[in-house]
Amino acid sequence: MLQANTSSLATDVQTTTKRAGAARTQASAEPPAAGVQEPKPLLEVKDFEVAFQSSTGTVQAVRKASFCIYPGQSIAIVGESGSGKSTIASAVIGLLPGTGKVTGGKILFDGKDITHCTRKEYEALRGSKIGLVPQDPMSNLNPVWTIGYQVREALVANNVAKGSEAHKVAVEMLEHAGLPDAERRAKQYPHEFSGGMCQRALIGIGLACNPKLLIADEPTSALDVTVQKRILDHLNELTSELGTAVMFITHDLGLAAERASYVVVMHRGRIVESGPSLEILQNPRHPYTKRLVQAAPSLSSQRLSAGVVRAQAPGMPTKAEGEQSGGGQGRAGEVLRAEHLVKVFDIRGAKGEKQQLRAVDDVSFTISRGTTLAIVGESGSGKSTVANILLGLLDATSGEVYYEGVAASTLSKTDMFEQRRKMQPVFQNPYGSLDPMMSIYRCIEEPLRIHKVGTRGEREKRVAELLDLVSLPRSAMRRYPGELSGGQRQRVAIARALALNPEIIVLDEAVSALDVLVQAQILQLLADLQSELSLSYLFITHDLAVVRQSADEVIVMRDGKTVETGTCVELFANPQEQYTRDLIAAIPGGSIPLWVGD
Amino acid sequence: MKRYVGRRLLQLIPVFFGATFLIYAMVYALPGDPIAALGGDKGLPPAVRLAIEKEYHLDQPLIVQYLYYLKGIFTFDFGVTFSGRPVVEVMADAFPWTLKLALMAIVFESVFGIAFGVFAGLRRGGVFDSTVLVLSLLLIAVPVFVIGFLLQFIIGVKLGWLPVTVDRSMSFKSMLMPAIVLGAVSFAYILRLTRTEVARNATADYVRTATAKGLSRPQVVTRHILRNSLIPVITFIGADLGALMGGAIVTEGIFNIPGVGGTMYKAIFQGEAATVVSFTTILVLVYIFTSLIVDLLYAALDPRIRYE
Repeated sequence: MLQANTSSLATDVQTTTKRAGAARTQASAEPPAAGVQEPKPLLEVKDFEVAFQSSTGTVQAVRKASFCIYPGQSIAIVGESGSGKSTIASAVIGLLPGTGKVTGGKILFDGKDITHCTRKEYEALRGSKIGLVPQDPMSNLNPVWTIGYQVREALVANNVAKGSEAHKVAVEMLEHAGLPDAERRAKQYPHEFSGGMCQRALIGIGLACNPKLLIADEPTSALDVTVQKRILDHLNELTSELGTAVMFITHDLGLAAERASYVVVMHRGRIVESGPSLEILQNPRHPYTKRLVQAAPSLSSQRLSAGVVRAQAPGMPTKAEGEQSGGGQGRAGEVLRAEHLVKVFDIRGAKGEKQQLRAVDDVSFTISRGTTLAIVGESGSGKSTVANILLGLLDATSGEVYYEGVAASTLSKTDMFEQRRKMQPVFQNPYGSLDPMMSIYRCIEEPLRIHKVGTRGEREKRVAELLDLVSLPRSAMRRYPGELSGGQRQRVAIARALALNPEIIVLDEAVSALDVLVQAQILQLLADLQSELSLSYLFITHDLAVVRQSADEVIVMRDGKTVETGTCVELFANPQEQYTRDLIAAIPGGSIPLWVGD
Repeated sequence: MKRYVGRRLLQLIPVFFGATFLIYAMVYALPGDPIAALGGDKGLPPAVRLAIEKEYHLDQPLIVQYLYYLKGIFTFDFGVTFSGRPVVEVMADAFPWTLKLALMAIVFESVFGIAFGVFAGLRRGGVFDSTVLVLSLLLIAVPVFVIGFLLQFIIGVKLGWLPVTVDRSMSFKSMLMPAIVLGAVSFAYILRLTRTEVARNATADYVRTATAKGLSRPQVVTRHILRNSLIPVITFIGADLGALMGGAIVTEGIFNIPGVGGTMYKAIFQGEAATVVSFTTILVLVYIFTSLIVDLLYAALDPRIRYE
């Protein structure tokens, strides 16, 4: 089936890369065996165009997009935010947001034109024929209804089951979706679920009525890598068992290549390239695809170093190794040491032994000047708690933190205030960590004002410098966080952290909310800043791929304990613990060798 | 949950004593001499004055007077007015009027406020939405008595649909107009609150997911938009019931209703401590109970809220 599928996939008219008799299409284009009927596409998108009405005029979100999905096939639409990939997905189930309008082309589902369906026709299609697994599991379940109710609702609305029968099927569905103890779990509310469990419930909902096509819109980008892998594996199993076609929407090429047989790359509303996933990954033709592949944070990535140095010596050894040879200002020397940190939380409502949670359990490490230490672990591993203790936002139950040899607990309040200048955080969510009511200037200037640095004019000059440093235009000062993109906001957060000339920057999942390309840019910026200002970084992340690109030393944490420590190179080349190996294996597309440049 | 309710009920005790004492002390501190006022221009003979002071313990210090009063309350003796009428009787006369009026007003403002708010919120920026927004702003801006007199004149006098004042039997028909006037401002607030909440929730991710599940539009609206939107609205309505009970003076005046507001007003002017404090005590209790019920409803509507 699959072989024949790809053969007749409509080649995009807009595709800028011409593949005259390319091996790519040839390879899969074995003509269908005699007697086997050419399968009809399940979904056919033809010259499709969507535009949004905005105050400044019409914005074309999708331009002349064409592709097909065959029954049982899985394809991935890849692109950065704003590329129009989610818009296509929304259009297929008639849920274009806001002022979005189809301005051209058509969508055929099962041979029927569904481009301009009425509401009733869409209602008949949604759920039963086309299912959806949305992006953010935490916000996509209604907080006031039980999980079971929300699955049941889909069954009843599509006449799959009724009454107590519906309840039974709903529990089965949840079980299928890989939710342990489904009967009890069905009675719980979304806030009692972790993100991964919510996503399983949503997969259960998406597949509840056995649709022919499942749209998975960034189904796991909000989840930990290991959870992501388990969920995608499971989704894969379910859909292949049910013969469901899957349309993945993702910004992660690695994930796309691993999970889909066919990849469609979108850029600024156009499909720039499409083809079998391995081909695209290993032999990209369009410049944009090449950039995407290069930015993909898979295992083949190298430790990023400052752009200047890299230009001189490509393939330079990692910093950790290069220490002896002396890396300019980056002289080794302890800047921060943590010894036997323990943090115990009391759990409300629990009794006896369970009353206490050892969130951090005997963790020790040292950060040397100008290097990066990464703490890796899943949610709940205690990595963020460690960061909060270092920043002085939480008190450790026991253990001690030394800043340049001075124990933090011996510092007075005023010393601690001074100490905070030397250590600044950048948090995960660039949307949440900047005050939307403050201009960018105020955001960056605030720490200077609090620490009474300079006069008004001096502070203004400093803010301008900082904006230069993070490659933002000075005109950004007068704007507000809401007007910036995610990557720009994270640059502002970095500028704010740099304002007081800190020595250490704590980056708590600072790039995990960003698109691959933006992520790569920010990581490069951080590497440049590190060598320029000889900063030390503490990188808190769940994403090993990012660690590989940015860390010198690594600590793997699980359930508050240190699982493994080592230099980045050693750890990846020769992981000692099974858990570390699992984490490495969970990196999407990690096993696929990528194109490494011309 | 039971413990939570128990704790809230226990909180009643200090609130009860605090509120009654505060009010008692304030009335005590009011300028003017109520006994002298009883005598009119001629003045009371000193012997009569002494007798009255003795009967009402007015010769004792404040705290003793207050304790006497408390003792009375616990035996359901709220004291008597200066004219010798038991306060209990006065309450029995006034409260039914106000209670009926307030309940009718609550029902009116909730039903129409929520219904209009939902329609406006679902079609934000539409004709209905814009019209309703302007009208609600008008209702909030115009004083209650203006609305009252306008309705009286148009519906009562010109059209003759409803009686201009209430009748003794408290008939639904005669109470309808006062209830609408009393609830008018809150109706506008509820409408606006519901509209904002509905408009906000309608764009929530889970609403999109619910639609993607194949639910029909009415199902999506009632199950996924309405319930979530009602949570803050319920809080408002609960707090409003208390306010309507005590704050209906103007409306009661316009429609000649012998309710709590008017009675309190008169009692305050005459310095009748017993009446003022008794009425206030009841109103404080009403406030406390409605806020407890609101909190419990809150938990019923939003499973994320759990009381321990």
